[in-house]
Amino acid sequence: MNKYNLPDAKGHYGKFGGKYVIETLMPALQELQTLYEEAKEDPKFQEDLRCYLKHYVGRPTALYFAERLTKHLGGAKIYLKREDLTHTGAHKINNTIGGALLTQRMGKKRVIAETGAGQHGVATATAASLFGLECDIFMGEEDMKRQSLNVFKMRLLGANVIPVTSGTRTLKDATSEAIRNWITTVETTHYIIGSVVGPHPYPMIVRDFQKVIGEESMRQIMEMEGRLPDTCVACVGGGSNSMGLFYPFLENEKVKLVGVEAAGLGVDTEKHGASLTKGSAGVLHGMMSYLLHDDDGQVTEAHSISAGLDYPGVGCEHSYLRDSGRATYATITDAESLEGFKLLCSKEGIIPALESSHAIAHVAKLAPKMKKDEIILVCLSGRGDKDVNQIADRMGVSL
Amino acid sequence: MSRIEKRLVSLNGNKALVAFYTAGDPDLSASKDIFAVIEKNGADIIEIGVPFSDPLADGPTIQASSHRSLQKGTTLKKIIQLVADIRKTSELPIILMTSFNPVFVYGKKEFVADAVKAGVDGMIIPDLPPEEAEEFLGIAEGLDLVFLLAPTSTPDRIQQVGKVSKGFIYYISLTGTTGTKEALSAGLKNKVNEIKKSVSLPVLVGFGVSGPEQAKQAAEASDGVIIGSAIVKLIAEHSDPAERDRKLADFLTSIKKAINP
Repeated sequence: MNKYNLPDAKGHYGKFGGKYVIETLMPALQELQTLYEEAKEDPKFQEDLRCYLKHYVGRPTALYFAERLTKHLGGAKIYLKREDLTHTGAHKINNTIGGALLTQRMGKKRVIAETGAGQHGVATATAASLFGLECDIFMGEEDMKRQSLNVFKMRLLGANVIPVTSGTRTLKDATSEAIRNWITTVETTHYIIGSVVGPHPYPMIVRDFQKVIGEESMRQIMEMEGRLPDTCVACVGGGSNSMGLFYPFLENEKVKLVGVEAAGLGVDTEKHGASLTKGSAGVLHGMMSYLLHDDDGQVTEAHSISAGLDYPGVGCEHSYLRDSGRATYATITDAESLEGFKLLCSKEGIIPALESSHAIAHVAKLAPKMKKDEIILVCLSGRGDKDVNQIADRMGVSL
Repeated sequence: MSRIEKRLVSLNGNKALVAFYTAGDPDLSASKDIFAVIEKNGADIIEIGVPFSDPLADGPTIQASSHRSLQKGTTLKKIIQLVADIRKTSELPIILMTSFNPVFVYGKKEFVADAVKAGVDGMIIPDLPPEEAEEFLGIAEGLDLVFLLAPTSTPDRIQQVGKVSKGFIYYISLTGTTGTKEALSAGLKNKVNEIKKSVSLPVLVGFGVSGPEQAKQAAEASDGVIIGSAIVKLIAEHSDPAERDRKLADFLTSIKKAINP
């Protein structure tokens, strides 16, 4: 790959991406694009963003050589990009600080967001509190049960959590409901989308706010190893932490990029979230991308143990990277992700999020097949505190 | 001239009544009966809704209706058959209103061929704005693609939409989803006038037009009204077909009277 300069002017990544939304939202998307392009070139905006990321979020996050895990697996050297160490405990905050700064620039006073695992909801509620914005979070009723701790946190932070009872009551429906709310309130409200999904310019903006993960990683691995990693690994639900890690490496073709999707109960069952592995092109939530849907174009239910990966779509840029071959996508089942979770707990003293555990579980398969002088850089996108109750439940432990 | 254009021209200044209902709710055979009732009671154009799993522009009424229809096994293929069946006895213009994904998965070319053959006259695809419609516009021969404008539309967008829309302009009366119960905005007339200055097509007003009083106001400001959620709700509330058909007839008659006093 030579110079990588996607999306094009219309927001397309090859045939993917675009703006598949009702007319009511089109002017707001155009406005957002113009405003974002100005902000991107504005040194003051960039300096504000840098300051908040440094002093509030706690960036740069560590790049950590996982020595015991490396020894245990007996292959490639494993480095963990510690997004779990950010304020609020996941990479989502990188994007919501950016989104809140854009909201301020627009002069809007209210933000909305969808959330699955609750990490993006907490990160949005946090940024809203920090900037004094009114905040409504849409969350599937099913996810509110799975992630009750995050629901409480959002409320503590002053956000209004709105239960979504349509469809499967998970991330897909929360996103649909947030979009419906935005259709109604677009003149006063900014929608902070939590992943590299949705109509243009969202996938691009979220990627740009998350690319700090990859930029820091690149600098840090050069300092520590004097060279780039052989393989980068990250989990993919919508795909924001992976897109953030991959993006700065796209033009270095020698660096393999591997996204890890949720195989749920298995990709040959109907219970998984592996859109790139098992889906086909379709249109949902404002973009063309890989999608889990039936022969009639009806979106099917996704499944994953991890609420953050429980989504039938995926970021449109990932769809492009898949088809172009620049990135490859593997899958990890619910059961395997739990093994990954336990592995990191026992070998490194780090409790990872179930989402990130998918990436760890894939590394556990990959590393032993690689040479000892090769390097894997994996994004530990979030910490696992939010998942502890659910895991205790599955282990039959009552807390 | 297309069937839609002919019908609108034939109104001769009278206001148009476009009626929407979801195909397959309560089931496809009822959909045929409901069509006949709507036709008999004064609709000028009928919009048949294709159910979708994730209808983003729809409020709770049409969402629930879509869901019921999908549970009954309604598919786009079956809806095209329904239209072919209706066409044997009706010359009323028929528009399919659908999210883009079912059409995309069907195959755009195959869809256009099958729809035209069945007697579909036009399409409203809310999540396919002109920016993404280029390819479809190129192949949709025989179908009037009706595009939407909204209270948020800028002068540039009015021009752009006016250039590609066929048949009429669907003006979304409010910043919101379908079926929103809210007084019609005072700016409605101004916006419709603004549109009519640069677009020669008739402008019909929909979303949130729920009863005779609103229909009257909307018709005074435009070339006609589109009623959806109120009809869908009425169908859902009456499980007895005879009762349903009677209520539907009364309702449509009251709307017709309100818009053309």
